[in-house]
Amino acid sequence: MASLHSSIKENDFQFYGLVVLRVLIGWHFLYEGVSKLINPYWSSAAYLLDSKWIFSGLAKTIVSNPTLLTISDNVNMWGLTLVGASLLLGLFSKYGSLAGMTFVCLYYLFAPPLLGLEYGRPGEGSYLIVNKNLIEACALWVLYCFPTSQIIGLDRFFKDSK
Amino acid sequence: MSKKKTTKSSKNTNLERRDLIKGLATVPVAGVFLVNLWRKMKRDATKKANLLSDLVQEKSAPNVVRSLSNSRHLNIGIIGYGGRGGHLVRGAGFATKGWTDTVYKNAQKNKLDKQFDTFMSQEDLNCSLIGVCDLFDNNAELGINASQNEIRPGGMPKNTATRYRTHEELLANDNIDAVIIATPDHWHAQITIDAAKAGKHVYCEKGMTRTFDEAIKVYDAVKETGITFQLGHQNRQVEANEKARQIYEQGLLGPVNLVELTTNRNSPWGAWYWGIHPDGNNKTIDWERFQQPSPNKLPWGNGKEALERFFRWRCWFDYGTGLSGDLLSHDFDTINQIMDIGIPKYVTSSGGIYHYTKKNYPDIIGYDRDVPDVWNATFEYPERDLTLLYSASLSSSNPRGNRIMGHDATMQMGGQSGGGSIHGFVVTADELSTQYKDRLDSGIINPNYPIYTYSPGSKQIDGVTSATSRYFAQKGLLYTYREGKRVDPTHLHVKDWLDSIREGSQPRCNIDVGFHEAVACAMATESYLKGRRIEWDPVNRKLI
Repeated sequence: MASLHSSIKENDFQFYGLVVLRVLIGWHFLYEGVSKLINPYWSSAAYLLDSKWIFSGLAKTIVSNPTLLTISDNVNMWGLTLVGASLLLGLFSKYGSLAGMTFVCLYYLFAPPLLGLEYGRPGEGSYLIVNKNLIEACALWVLYCFPTSQIIGLDRFFKDSK
Repeated sequence: MSKKKTTKSSKNTNLERRDLIKGLATVPVAGVFLVNLWRKMKRDATKKANLLSDLVQEKSAPNVVRSLSNSRHLNIGIIGYGGRGGHLVRGAGFATKGWTDTVYKNAQKNKLDKQFDTFMSQEDLNCSLIGVCDLFDNNAELGINASQNEIRPGGMPKNTATRYRTHEELLANDNIDAVIIATPDHWHAQITIDAAKAGKHVYCEKGMTRTFDEAIKVYDAVKETGITFQLGHQNRQVEANEKARQIYEQGLLGPVNLVELTTNRNSPWGAWYWGIHPDGNNKTIDWERFQQPSPNKLPWGNGKEALERFFRWRCWFDYGTGLSGDLLSHDFDTINQIMDIGIPKYVTSSGGIYHYTKKNYPDIIGYDRDVPDVWNATFEYPERDLTLLYSASLSSSNPRGNRIMGHDATMQMGGQSGGGSIHGFVVTADELSTQYKDRLDSGIINPNYPIYTYSPGSKQIDGVTSATSRYFAQKGLLYTYREGKRVDPTHLHVKDWLDSIREGSQPRCNIDVGFHEAVACAMATESYLKGRRIEWDPVNRKLI
């Protein structure tokens, strides 16, 4: 998994498709992170408080403890920003993909659109089991498997010169 | 040879250049991101500046907590240690052991339940609870228990309380400096007047009095004796109301011709069908004393009706004024706090008992109430070009909230907006506003979105669960915020009163504004009972 399959490298259509996917997801993460950083009133509390399913207890524990909530807020704000920058610039993108995958998987698990779970916040789409978080997590999995940043991206400067 | 070398080096340079281009290929995208981010931030800032900087003179949150030395120790007494009396005494720093144990356990079970933390982080007000008077033995014992409990801000109490059978006996104790009156409304006037004459400062729960005549007598007694009087409208301590006042004073709503206030509850408890204590009987309750100031007397008989009346007194005009004194009074005082509306010229009201009847609730209601459960009142202020509407239902909890409706903008307080329930308030421009015409035309202001939102404590999460708690929380009566920290406004209101006693100054809900509330509510009650419009004659201090 360390490098791209030569067939993809040689097929510009496939290769640039992956690069565009990486940059777009990077952009999305970066703005999600930055918009939280510049909003003094943002807190992960509202999301956590609406949590259902297996992590709802953990979510409640985080919300009820100001220290944990501050940590959660900072991890989210800075984590999303760094993952976004990493994917967009192609810097340490493999780790960025993994971290991004972890974030969106957690968002999914904290509030999955499963049958019988009702959420207080109005959703921006219609979902049954699969939602955009799950899809983005899978897209990041694909990016992790096909690391384009060693060819297009700052990682190119770090790869072993052979 | 040298030619070969040059070709090789130019090949290398080409490779390096290609490497560089490929390596930095997405950096321009980051540039595009940053440019757009900067443009968005600038746009938002301009929008905000256009909305706020010239409109709302941003001040830091009002600091209503006076940093006064509370060095003078005060001895207080409580007259009427029921549910509200217990809350007020907790505001002074004394809770029963049962209460502290329960809320401590609740906090262990539900980490979002902050009642224990909020109580323990209250400021120690340097006072002692030394007298308790209640006509029900169990309540009096609870009051004594609260005075002894060492789980409190400030630790071990300096003194403990003695029980008194009557308020006269309690007032005769020279060591008592001040009393909290939280009896049913029909006792407020007599006890306040007696306390004032005995030189005790008074914190009186709302509604101030049951009748108009009592309001005049209380006003005169407080003015003549010069005691420090605080009426129990803790909304006076709520930060959001202070902010709302600033916005109103700056004319941001434009001319206001209509204010709408609402009460929306939907449970027997919310309609005052409170529990009848199993220990309540004619040995533990001084029934004759209880009904002494009420216009109609009822013999104890088999005790069934007497017990309902004793524990659910808000349901009868003999002891209170129903929606008027209990719920309208808070909302009225909040608007008086924001807009200084004072006493209305005319009031009409109507309503009925449409839901809470013995027939509809045979398991809960033994004797029918005489106060309405759906009630509407109209208050006219011709000199202010203002109408104030109050509409209450005890059989629907649709959270309508309160609205100050101006020609240029509307302030919605509590209730629901598009984004969910509001704990502070939102101001939304009117699409046909004159003041904001240019901004509306240029698209800077969108009448579909608030131009100002005040949501204190939005980062704090509280476990407010019961419907009644939510009702009060939405109106800011359960808690407010000071420097982002949750505080019980009842505690702040008691503190304001004690500080004023020490300073010799006027507290926030003093007798002057208390009188406005008492007269306005009395006019509304009179109108309902007499079935006609009531007029206030300020010169002769009479209702016509």
